[in-house]
Amino acid sequence: MAKLPTPAELAKVSYSPPAKGWMEIKPDFRPGQYVNAADPKWMEWIDYPYPRKWSVPDEDWQLPSNWKEIILEGMEDRLNRFRSLKIFFDICVRCGACADKCHFFLGTGDPKNMPVLRAELLRSVYKRYFTRIGKALGDLVGARDLDESVIKEWFYYLHQCTICRRCSLFCPYGIDMAEMTLLGREMLASIGLNIDWALASVAQCYDKGSHIGATPQAFKDMIDFLAEENERITGISTPVSYNRKGAEILFVTPSGDYFADPGTFTLMGYLLLFKYLDLDYTFSTYAAEGGNFGWFVSHEMGKRLNTKIYEEAKRLKVKWILGGECGHMWRVCNQYMTTWWGESPTFLEEPVSPITGTKFENAKVHKMVHISEFTADLIKHGKLKLDPQRNAHIKLTFHDSCNTARGMGIFEEPRYIINNVLPEGHFFEMPPNTIREKTFCCGSSSGINANENMEARMQGGFPRANAVRYVHEKYGVNHLGCICALDRATLPTLLQYWVPEVDVTGITELVGNALVFEDEIERTTDLRDRDLVGFGEEEGAEEEE
Amino acid sequence: MDFFKRNILAALIAVLGLIAVAYVGVKGNLQLLFGVVIPYMALLIFFEGIIYRVIKWARSPVPFRIPTTAGQQESLPWLKRTLADKLDNPSTFPFTLGRMALEVLAFRSLFRNTRSELIEAPQRPEGAKLVHWSYKWLWLGAIAFHYAFLVIVIRHLRFFTEPVPHFISLLGEVDGFVQFFIPTVYVSGVVLVLAGLYLLGRRITNPNLRYISLASDYFPLFLIIGIGTTGILMRYVYRVDIQAVKQLALGLVTLHPVVPAGIGAIFYVHLFLVCVLLAYFPFSKLLHAPGLFMSPTRNMTSNNRKVLHVNPWNYPVKFHTYMELEDRYREAMYEAGLPLEIEPETMETEGEEE
Amino acid sequence: MADYKNEFGWFAEKPKVEKKIYDRNKVAIGIVVFLVIFTIAFWKNLGKAVPPPKPALETAAIIKLPEKERTCVEDVEFMRQRHMRLLVDWREQVIRDGERYWTNSKGEKYLASLSNTCMECHTNKTQFCDQCHNYVAVVPNCWGCHLTKEEQVAKAEAK
Repeated sequence: MAKLPTPAELAKVSYSPPAKGWMEIKPDFRPGQYVNAADPKWMEWIDYPYPRKWSVPDEDWQLPSNWKEIILEGMEDRLNRFRSLKIFFDICVRCGACADKCHFFLGTGDPKNMPVLRAELLRSVYKRYFTRIGKALGDLVGARDLDESVIKEWFYYLHQCTICRRCSLFCPYGIDMAEMTLLGREMLASIGLNIDWALASVAQCYDKGSHIGATPQAFKDMIDFLAEENERITGISTPVSYNRKGAEILFVTPSGDYFADPGTFTLMGYLLLFKYLDLDYTFSTYAAEGGNFGWFVSHEMGKRLNTKIYEEAKRLKVKWILGGECGHMWRVCNQYMTTWWGESPTFLEEPVSPITGTKFENAKVHKMVHISEFTADLIKHGKLKLDPQRNAHIKLTFHDSCNTARGMGIFEEPRYIINNVLPEGHFFEMPPNTIREKTFCCGSSSGINANENMEARMQGGFPRANAVRYVHEKYGVNHLGCICALDRATLPTLLQYWVPEVDVTGITELVGNALVFEDEIERTTDLRDRDLVGFGEEEGAEEEE
Repeated sequence: MDFFKRNILAALIAVLGLIAVAYVGVKGNLQLLFGVVIPYMALLIFFEGIIYRVIKWARSPVPFRIPTTAGQQESLPWLKRTLADKLDNPSTFPFTLGRMALEVLAFRSLFRNTRSELIEAPQRPEGAKLVHWSYKWLWLGAIAFHYAFLVIVIRHLRFFTEPVPHFISLLGEVDGFVQFFIPTVYVSGVVLVLAGLYLLGRRITNPNLRYISLASDYFPLFLIIGIGTTGILMRYVYRVDIQAVKQLALGLVTLHPVVPAGIGAIFYVHLFLVCVLLAYFPFSKLLHAPGLFMSPTRNMTSNNRKVLHVNPWNYPVKFHTYMELEDRYREAMYEAGLPLEIEPETMETEGEEE
Repeated sequence: MADYKNEFGWFAEKPKVEKKIYDRNKVAIGIVVFLVIFTIAFWKNLGKAVPPPKPALETAAIIKLPEKERTCVEDVEFMRQRHMRLLVDWREQVIRDGERYWTNSKGEKYLASLSNTCMECHTNKTQFCDQCHNYVAVVPNCWGCHLTKEEQVAKAEAK
C-alpha cells in the first residue's frame, strides 16, 4: 500500500486544469488512487464474464478480443433500456454548475472528477458512435474514438464517483452522474473489469448472505455476542431470534452493523429497543445483509442480492419488514426494490407499528419501514422512556448520508430522534451548504472503501471532514451521527485522518444509551463502555471530563 | 493549437462564415433563397428534428423511479414538511407539476447553486479549509438570457400577425419602457446580448469551464450573440424597410411567400443566423429545452414506497435460495440452534427435499 | 434456473425491450403543446393573404402641386427607412439649437416641422401614418404633443 500523505499535504489541492486538452491526457494509475482489480474467483462465484488475473497498473488489461464490440453493443442496449441515459447524454450544456459540487473534484482537483467531464468520458463515445454530428465533427463536438485508454479512463473515474448524486441536485436538467456511473460500471463489468473490494463483497453476499461472508452460524454468533454485551452493560438480556417463522417483523440491517465498531453499538441499540418494546421480530441468516454492493456493480446484480429480502419474508411468513440504518440499502429499497420484484409483495401486509398502531402509509406498497421512521413514531407517541442525560458526554452533529438524502429524502426523522435522546444544546448542524440535500458524501461509498485507494478516499472525504472540523472547532462537537452503515465503516477512518477528535455513531446507539428500562442495573457507562457524565461516582465522572 | 483555441476559433469562424455566406448571397441576389427557401427548410428541420428526438427518447422506457429527492420525504403525518419540501421532493402529481414548473420557469436547481473555494487556514492542522457559499450569478445570467430570448421571440410575432394582437404591442411597449433613443431601445435585446456575453465570458475566463468547453458550446453562444447584434444594428443603425420585412414575414406564415425589394442585406444575415439556430437545435445541446421535460430525476413523483413503478423489461434473475444455503450449512446451523426447514437426521431421505 | 444467463456476456440473452413509444400519452401531449405554441403564427394566419398597407399619397394638398414638385424632403427609400430618425434630428435641431431650417441632401431648405412641413402635404394621418405604424405595431410618440389639422381646428373652436 502506498504511503498516505499527511493531511497538510493532501489539503494542498490545485484546481487549475492542465494545459493539455482532456482528450489527450491518459489516466495515470498511481498507488493510493485506484482500487485493485477483482480476483477472478469472485467473478466465477457469480457467473461474471471474462474472469482472469490482471492488475490495474498493467499495460495490458487482457481484454477480450471483441471488447470494443461488447462495449458498443452494451451501450446501445442500455440506451434502449434506460431513457435516462439517452437524455443525460444528449442534453448536457456543460454549464459547469456541477463542477465544484463533487467531493472528488474538491478533494483531488482532477478536472476529470468534475461530474460534467466524468460524464463526458462516456458521452464522447456515445457521440462518436451513436450520433451523426459526432461522427462528422469529431472532437469539436466532444466525440472521440473508443480505445483501450478510454476504457482505462472509465475504470479510473467511474470508481472515483460514489454515486452520491450531489451533482444531480445542482444540475439544471437533473442530469444524474450516478445513473451514468452505474451503467458505465455495468459496461466495464461486461468486459471483465471489476474492482476487488466491491466484487468480493458481492460474491460473498450472493453466496452466503452477507458482504462479510459470514456463515449462518457465524452471523448468529456475532449478534449473540452483542446481545451479551448489552446484558453486561445494562443488565438487560436482549435475546435474539433467528429465522423464526411467523414472527411479525423481519429485521434486516447491513452487515456493517454486526461486523465492526462502531456499527456494532448501533446494533446493540436496535436490540435494546426491540427488547424494550417486546417486539415480535426475527433476524434472518439468509437475508442477512441489508446493504447491497451488487447495485454498485450493476442493476442486475443489485436485484440478485436484493431479491433475498422479499424471498425470506415470504418463507418466514412475516407481516412486514423493518430496515436498519443504512444509506445505499435504503436508496435501493426505495428506488428499486418493489420494481425489481415486479409487484407489491402480496404475502406481506401494510406495515403497522404494533406499539403505536401507526399505519406507515408511505410504505403501503413497499411494506418495509425505516428504523428512524419507526423510532420517531414511538417517541412521538411517548412510548419510550428516555434519559437524554446519558448522552451528555456527546456533542453531536448529523451527517445526512448521500443515499438517504438524495435518493429518499429522510431528513427530519433522525433529527427528531436526536433531539429527544440528546440533552438540549448538544446537537449542532454543520454549515447549511453541507447538510441535508446538499450533504457531502463520505467519499468511500459505492464499493470503493478499500485500503489500497486510501489516498483517494481521504481526498474524496475532505469536504465532509472539513465541515465536521468546522463544528468541532466552533461548538466542540465530538461525535458525528449518521444513519448509514457504510458511513460508520468509512467515516471513522476519514475522521481519524482529518479530525481525530470526532467519533462516529449511529443514531440508534444513542437511543440505546438513553433508553430507561424498569429493571436495568445502574448505568455508569454508555454502550461503548465509556463513562457517563453525571452518573455513578460524581467525582470520577467530573475528572473524566 | 491547444484544445481551447481550436474549439473557440472553430466556433467563431463558423459563425463569421455564416454571416459572410448570407451577405455574399444577398449581394448576389439570392434573396429568394435566403428569404424563403432556407427559412422554410430550417423550420422543417426544427420541428421534425425535435419531434424525432423526443420520440427517440420516448422509445426507451424509464425502468426505475429515480427522482432526486431534495426535501423531506412524505412519511409520518406529523413530521413537518414545508412547501419547499413538498416541491423539492414531491409525493403527489400536482407537486411534481409544481416542481417541473419551477425548474422550467424559475431554474430552481440552478438557483441552488453554490461556489466552493479552498482557502488558507493556518490555525487548522491541514492548513486549509473549504468554504461554500451561495452563488446566484450563473442563475441570474441564465435566467436573464432565456427570458430576454423569450420576450424577443414574442415581440417578433408582430411581424407574423396581422392585425397584431394587443398583448404583443403591449409587450413591446413594456420592453421599451426606458423611452430612450428613437426607435425606442428594447431592454430585452440589450439584456440578451449582455447575458450572452456573460455566459461566453465565464466560459473563457474560468479555467475549469474553459477546459470542458467544446466548439459546440461556443457555437450557439456566438450564433445567438450574432443574432442579437445584427438585430440591434438593424434597428438602430443600418435601418431596413420594416414594412417590407413584415411583408416577407407574413408571406412566410400565410404560405404566400413574397420577396419584397429593397430590404437591406443585414436583414438577411439576421434571418439566416436565426435559420441556422433553428436547424442546429435538434442536433445539439440546445435539446436541453425539451430534454428537461423528460428528465427522470425531475419529472417523477417520489412515491416509490406507496405506488408501484413497473419496469417493462424486468426479468427474473438468478439468486441463491435459502434452501441452497441451508443445504450447505445444515449441520452447523443445527448445532448453532438455528431453526431449519429440514432437520439433519432426515437428510438421507433426499426425495423429500423441495 | 440451470440455463441462467447473466446480462453481460453476449453469449447470453439480453433483456427484451419492446419497441414502442413509452408514456405515449404524455409525450403526445407534450408534442402537441409544443407544436401549437410554436406554430401559433401559422395557424393564426392560415391561408390568409394579407395585402401590405398602401399609404395614401393623394391628398388634396399633394394633388394641387405640380407634378414635378410632388417629392418629399428626401427620396422614398430614405423616408421609408429613416423618417423617424429625421424627425428626431429635426426636433433636436429646433429645440436644442434653435435652428428652424434644415437642408436636405440636394441642398434644398425646409422648415423643420412635423405639423407644418410633413403634415402640410400629408394631411391624412390615418391613411398615411397610422396605416403602416399599425401594420408593424409601432406606436410613435409624436402624437403625444403634435396635433393633426382637424384636431387643431377642433381645439381652437373649443376655446
